[in-house]
Amino acid sequence: MGLLAFFRRSAPPTANVAKERLRIIVAQERTALGGPDYLPTLRRELLEVIRKYVNVDPDAVQMNLDKEDGHEVLEFTVALPEKGKA
Amino acid sequence: MTEIIVVTSGKGGVGKTTTSASVACGLGRRGKRVAVIDFDIGLRNLDLIMGCERRVVYDFVNVIQGDCTLKQALIKDKRIETLFVLAASQTRDKDALSLEGVRKVFDEMIEDGFDYIICDSPAGIEKGAHLAMYYADRAIVVVNPEVSSVRDSDRILGLLSSKTQRAEKGEEKIKEHLLLTRYSPRRVATGEMMSVADVKEILGLDVIGVIPESPDVLSASNAGTPVILNEQSDVSKAYEDAVARLLGDTLPLRFLEEPKKGFLARMFGG
Repeated sequence: MGLLAFFRRSAPPTANVAKERLRIIVAQERTALGGPDYLPTLRRELLEVIRKYVNVDPDAVQMNLDKEDGHEVLEFTVALPEKGKA
Repeated sequence: MTEIIVVTSGKGGVGKTTTSASVACGLGRRGKRVAVIDFDIGLRNLDLIMGCERRVVYDFVNVIQGDCTLKQALIKDKRIETLFVLAASQTRDKDALSLEGVRKVFDEMIEDGFDYIICDSPAGIEKGAHLAMYYADRAIVVVNPEVSSVRDSDRILGLLSSKTQRAEKGEEKIKEHLLLTRYSPRRVATGEMMSVADVKEILGLDVIGVIPESPDVLSASNAGTPVILNEQSDVSKAYEDAVARLLGDTLPLRFLEEPKKGFLARMFGG
């Protein structure tokens, strides 16, 4: 880094944010594309049902389809909002 | 044996054509008989990067439609004896290419004794990209260490494993490799850019090359000389390494660290 650059504000390190966002979206899209056709609809409808009771963001819902020797496991994770914020 | 290699990425502007041209030259310089084909119908560009744009008389679609022979359409490179370019058609008719047509041309090239057919894929996941990857034995997925490029590459990997001949016939899987371009070791060191390891982990592929960000790439395309032929450049060395790995060599990755600068350069940001 040169003397001039030293006094300029350097860009914040955002590579980790990029990696984390990609890890999630890539896993989600692999599930959606590799899995059965009804998965996106299932995700949407489940989200609607959950929202009748708790106000969650769409991105608080994660769906993963894992293939383990011979059978498939559909994992559905919902991050509930903190108390008082919903 | 002819090996068909597709150079693909999903996202545009990441360096597919630069890579196709340099890999083709690298293989050609090692004495291999190589044909490099532009699949970007309507947006011909490989000819410019190869520096043969004024020698295009017939194109890929002309061969398929029987307007000329394959021999007439193949443009022989002026630098490398064993290298040939097949230009994309500038027609606006996207249906001018078909799976059967592409197969016909490949078969003739195989018959003709080509060692490698390099398919320069258009961006996107439409017909042109599909045709470029369909018959591939091997795929080089070009990626920038940047979110949209990585995501698009993952979509392409999905297509390679489902919408290709090898996938449809249940044959041995296409060999897939990652090639990172526009890599900036300085920005990786400061945490501004994802590292090779990050991208590799997300996509789960082996890395066949890491090409450093460099002004030499633009100079090369300005001049119509594939950047691998600029032997002074780190970009050329990085592509040479990638070609060697393609041919089975095991080489450590280079240019992952920022070059050490002298005292004055450090002080004044040279």
